[in-house]
Amino acid sequence: MISEQLQRTPLYDTHVAFGAKMVPFAGWEMPVQFAGILAEHNHTRTACSVFDVSHMGRLKLIGGDCEKFLDHLCTRKLAGAEVGRSYYSHICREDGGILDDVIVSRFEEHWGIVCNASNRDKIVAWIEKHRAGHDVELTDQTTATAMIACQGPKTMEVAEQFGAGGISSLKRYRFTVRQVGPIAITIYRCGYTGEDGVEVVVPAGLVGMLVPKLLGTKNSPHPLVRPAGLGSRDTLRIEAAMPLYGHELSEDWDSLTAGQSWCVDLSRDFIGSEAMRAVKEQGVPRRLVGLQLEGRRIARQHAAVYRGGEAIGEVTSGTLSPTLGTSIAMGFLPAEASEVGTTVEVAVGSKRTGATVVKLPFYKRG
Amino acid sequence: MNVPADRKYAETHEWFLIEEGVVTMGITQYAADELTDITYVELPEVGSAIAMGDAVGEVESVKATSEIFSAISGTITEVNVALADHPELLNDDAFEEGWIVRIAADNAKQLQSLMTAAEYTNFIENA
Repeated sequence: MISEQLQRTPLYDTHVAFGAKMVPFAGWEMPVQFAGILAEHNHTRTACSVFDVSHMGRLKLIGGDCEKFLDHLCTRKLAGAEVGRSYYSHICREDGGILDDVIVSRFEEHWGIVCNASNRDKIVAWIEKHRAGHDVELTDQTTATAMIACQGPKTMEVAEQFGAGGISSLKRYRFTVRQVGPIAITIYRCGYTGEDGVEVVVPAGLVGMLVPKLLGTKNSPHPLVRPAGLGSRDTLRIEAAMPLYGHELSEDWDSLTAGQSWCVDLSRDFIGSEAMRAVKEQGVPRRLVGLQLEGRRIARQHAAVYRGGEAIGEVTSGTLSPTLGTSIAMGFLPAEASEVGTTVEVAVGSKRTGATVVKLPFYKRG
Repeated sequence: MNVPADRKYAETHEWFLIEEGVVTMGITQYAADELTDITYVELPEVGSAIAMGDAVGEVESVKATSEIFSAISGTITEVNVALADHPELLNDDAFEEGWIVRIAADNAKQLQSLMTAAEYTNFIENA
């Protein structure tokens, strides 16, 4: 039962018109699927899918101390960040516990943060607490704007058809702001599917016109563009080995222990850096690994991983890979059992199945 | 939603159809739709004895794994082997092609307390 307090994105009516199955997600009523998770997954790997990601938090920071402040708040080094670039980072507590994973973007006059819907209140409160004494003003633009992700190998072809062909020259993790009269449209070459694509932020009142233009109508759809929901967003990100907050990332462990050291720069001080230096000093106790399971059964979050009958680790995410046709999972294993080729057993339902440690990501676009 | 009137329904979303002492069971279209794309069905062995309330198998989708419970005691006489290679039959046609097992019932009266199609329709509308 969908409760009364759930928020709806400006695309709610569009989703319903396209036959979405709506579910509660992090306080929002969101489409989990339209045509079906597998069909949407495959469409994203071959053409172009449009995901509504308006539920994600969009925060704007402005003020003379933003660069210094964000560099202190984030695991990623942001001092010297370039205008027009986006940076994947974690925001952690002093003890290293991950509060959220975010995309920080540097605009000419301000900075933007995109955070998870489930962590938005927490991140807003964290910024409010730490900005005291700094020239940093925070505005939560989540409900004033909408955000869609257009993902898939045909995205640039579609962008060209809609007069935005110039964005194909944008590199990954770069963005551009298009001014259409008084309306600012921000286009990021980013995504969460392992495909080429863009994420587009527009004023909330505009997206209801924009998305139907992209999709066409239910009876006369655009040949390359289909709507997609949160279900395929998850199977796509698992194949691409992208971490998800609440699965690979948690307040209960730090970024190094989460296997995300690539977004941690310990050469400077930030909130959590001391704790993470200690973790590094003692040696990170576990690794995030890919698992290839035998059979078609799916390993769920928290499923135990066994070696020689002994439980040695835990699954964080698993699915039946639509692209590979096999059962895949990510999980944490001790360093000594994390070598590619190591054989283990994984709990699936009431049984156990054999699995092999494989290289991540499971899928890399051609 | 289509809910055939010729069978009985459990609150855990299984259907039971009695034909000449043999009970065919499956999961409802509502349950299959809720699970989304079904990727795997764990089937019991033919000949195995089951008691009312026992799990006879598991249905798995990209979203979730859920057990299938029998509302009747008896012996498994047949399983839908097509589901091994085509679990999507459950999404396509949960009430016919997607049947899961057949059970020789010890006492078909055990199904009397289950919901009728009308009661089940009401049940899922208020779920």
